Amino acid sequence: MATLNVLILVCLGYVVLLFGVAFAADRLAAAGRGRWLRSPLIYTLSLSIYCTAWTFYGAVGNAARSGLEFVTIYLGPTLVMVGWWWGLRKLVRVGRSQRVTSIADLISSRYGKSNTLAICVTILAVVGGTPYIALQLQSITLSFSIFAEADPTGLYREGSSVFWVATGLALFAILFGTRNLDANERHHGVVTAIALEAVVKLVALLAVGIFVVWTIAGGIEQMMDRIDSSPIGQWNIDASRWTTFTFLSAAAFICLPRMFQVMVVENDDESHLRTAAWAFPLYLLLMSLFVVPIAVVGLDLMPAGANPDLFVLTVPLSQGNDWLAMLSFIGGFSSATSMVIVTAMALSTMVSNHVVMPIWLSAQEGSASVSGDVRTIVLMARRVSIAAIMALGYFYYRMSGGGAALASIGLVAFAGISQILPALVGGLFWRGATRTGALVGLSIGFGLWIYTLLLPGMGGGLIPVSVIENGPFGWGFLRPQALFGIEGIDPMVHSVMWSLSLNTIGFCVASLLSFPSPLERLQGAQFVNVFDHSVAPQGWTGSVAQSEDLMIMTQRILGTVPAQEFFQAEAERQNGRPGRLPEPTPGFLQRLERELSGSVGAATAHAMIGQIVGGSSVSVEDLLAVADESAQLLEYSSQLEEKSAELTRTARKLREANTKLTQVSAQKDDFLSQVSHELRTPMTSIRAFSEIMRDADDLSADDQIRYAAIIHDEALRLTRVLDDLLDLSVLESGQVSLNVGDGSLKSVLDRAVSSALAGGDGSLIVRRVRPSERIQLHTDLDRLGQVFINLISNAQKYCDALEPVLTISTHDVGGQVVIDFVDNGSGIPPEAQSMVFEKFARVGSDKAGGAGLGLAICREIMQRLGGDITYLPGQGGAGFRLSLPLAYRQAAQ
Amino acid sequence: MTAPDQDERRRPSLFLERQSYRRRRLMDAARLLPLLGAAMIALPLLWPDESGGAGAVPMSAAIVYIFACWGILILISLLFGFAARRLSAREKDEPEAGKWQR
Repeated sequence: MATLNVLILVCLGYVVLLFGVAFAADRLAAAGRGRWLRSPLIYTLSLSIYCTAWTFYGAVGNAARSGLEFVTIYLGPTLVMVGWWWGLRKLVRVGRSQRVTSIADLISSRYGKSNTLAICVTILAVVGGTPYIALQLQSITLSFSIFAEADPTGLYREGSSVFWVATGLALFAILFGTRNLDANERHHGVVTAIALEAVVKLVALLAVGIFVVWTIAGGIEQMMDRIDSSPIGQWNIDASRWTTFTFLSAAAFICLPRMFQVMVVENDDESHLRTAAWAFPLYLLLMSLFVVPIAVVGLDLMPAGANPDLFVLTVPLSQGNDWLAMLSFIGGFSSATSMVIVTAMALSTMVSNHVVMPIWLSAQEGSASVSGDVRTIVLMARRVSIAAIMALGYFYYRMSGGGAALASIGLVAFAGISQILPALVGGLFWRGATRTGALVGLSIGFGLWIYTLLLPGMGGGLIPVSVIENGPFGWGFLRPQALFGIEGIDPMVHSVMWSLSLNTIGFCVASLLSFPSPLERLQGAQFVNVFDHSVAPQGWTGSVAQSEDLMIMTQRILGTVPAQEFFQAEAERQNGRPGRLPEPTPGFLQRLERELSGSVGAATAHAMIGQIVGGSSVSVEDLLAVADESAQLLEYSSQLEEKSAELTRTARKLREANTKLTQVSAQKDDFLSQVSHELRTPMTSIRAFSEIMRDADDLSADDQIRYAAIIHDEALRLTRVLDDLLDLSVLESGQVSLNVGDGSLKSVLDRAVSSALAGGDGSLIVRRVRPSERIQLHTDLDRLGQVFINLISNAQKYCDALEPVLTISTHDVGGQVVIDFVDNGSGIPPEAQSMVFEKFARVGSDKAGGAGLGLAICREIMQRLGGDITYLPGQGGAGFRLSLPLAYRQAAQ
Repeated sequence: MTAPDQDERRRPSLFLERQSYRRRRLMDAARLLPLLGAAMIALPLLWPDESGGAGAVPMSAAIVYIFACWGILILISLLFGFAARRLSAREKDEPEAGKWQR
């Protein structure tokens, strides 16, 4: 018969074995030879910490009490794993790309790296984990008590044994969970030890099951008959509990800190999920396979008062199979210890990262560097938090009296931890989820869970019985187990329903009503659209010169000499100049983080570098800088565009000016040749006739007079041309001074007509519309008259009609005085119309002997007077239109 | 043979190639699987129980049903795992093919 002493020896031996395995695995991993340590099999087996002592002992007890209800606890995770493509894949990808260290880190990271939220989740996880720890304590204590009852020496007392079990587990967890600070924190050792424990508990349970089915019952068929004839032989399930527990276990499977630790944090290859998707449900199936047979046989064989939670132990014992009972005990012990190790690791990481380190770092601001103190702090924080968590579990056990069924305690823990679910799922799939929403939802859910489940579950210790029965202050609608007066629901279902639904509603409503900070929105986008963004974990993006801060921090952790050596080597690697601090390049930061994680663990190292460098992913400041930069770029490019447009405009203007210059130059050449031609023609005849008069002796007086007249005429013509040229050049150069005066258009026309007709042959008839000419003008009347005379004499000279008639009409068009001079001749041919205002332009032959400057002068004058002269085509003869601005007239009135 | 093939490639097609069509449907199946599982698990709630009087389902039948469903889910999940591995391996082999299917 196994005595208690043997049992304790076996436990100690088993613990030593676990340490040995962990140590060997660490050595293998360090030597780079442990490829199988990273295999999907190890990953799947490490997930099996889902199966705790609750599974090992409690499932059978649950089956003995409620039939197949126990199976819901394993069907929920099965559904989650089977649907990994939907949810877990995203969770793992987010966890890897954001380098999260715990579920609190994930939630805080999603909602704008809010430490408040991280602390909330940490508290929730610690409090929610308390009943779970109590469950492990209770199961181990119970299993000890079974052996103690059989032990004749009888040195066993329940109260003290719980205390010793708690202390032992705490020591074990501290040794195991915080031992690993000097290895690269891929917890190969722990994970391998857990995988071993997974195998041990599976083998133990299967062994008991096989013993029960084939040795006691005598085969599968007999077993089935026995099941059907047992007290739980009929399908009898409460539908609300069935659905609630399936959902609850699925939720808890994702939210439990220890599950998150092994599933997301310790995951180093996403494709392992593919294997775990079928292998882990298979593990669960095997764990559940013999639960009902063991329960049925236990109910059959054991006395009526026996605790069904312990059938796994008591059935082999009652059959005298001590070794099987011992194996079974080891299985249960494995279940409890692996759960405690990983929970302690996960929770202590959360506590040290989100509670202790922020406080410590802010308290130590600017203090001198003391080597190694951070390491001590981290270790202390972890050890103390493990001890505190175990103490909480112990007190829960004492409060609840230790009499509750294991399964019901586990469900309380599940309901607590599941309050994270809305914030988690909302954060992964809904970009509109905000920090406020998460805080509100978590608070509501957590509060309701404590009020409706945790406190009543602990009996009258923390909440008066009167409150449970009549509600606080006698308000019946607030009774913890019948909120809003709805009675008759199973307390578990009642609490889960109210807490989770109000949690979700609070989360959604507060999210809808609040507005997220920029960082939250950025993180939200990165989480929800994680498959579009990142594939690999993001590197550090340190850019500012924080090397000195890093150096100080590293000295604190590694010690002065190793830290300086590390930085020197890094500086040499970077620029070949030891003696200076290295630049904080992403590569350097990554190596530094790895170096630090050897001392304080990856999570803390990451958090510490994050605090100095300012975050691994894009920070809002970076984003703003990027936005600012792009705005500057935009502005710069628009400036460039403007300048280039300006340049284009200038170039066009230059081209135009150049063309004009070329034209002007050509005009000048034309003008010079025209002028010389115009001057030469009269000069030639003057010279010719003057030579004749000089050389010829026998000129008659008549001839002499004729020749002299020709010379005189030509000289006059020359003078006229020169006068015109002078006039034109004065007008063109703008040096003309206008002799502005007032007078009526009629009088100007009268004078012009009479003076123009005076020198002619009198054949031209001028028709005028006199009434419309009564317009007062304020302009240079002499110059205007000159234009009129020119136009009239042109008509006189060039009108080829038999009875030449010139019609002068005056209109008021759009604010301008318009005076048309239209004759009844053949007009100017179209090809010449554009040329008539050019200098020396003459239509047809030189019959009238003009210099061709008249109309050019007219145009110059009109433009000086603020008006214009244009050719008026389609009038039946030559038509010219003068226009003068009315402003002159109005100014005159 | 090559000419129409190139034609297909040049024109952005409304439909995916057979290969990626299969992959999409496989993903759909993966998403439907938990729903199928939930439906199978919820089905026993419709069974008559002791309170319903005569004809309550015997526990052995319930066990067989539940574990059979469980096994089926595991099997489908296993098959999906293999299919996903094959498809992702093929995708890695032909990175060019992936571009056309975008």
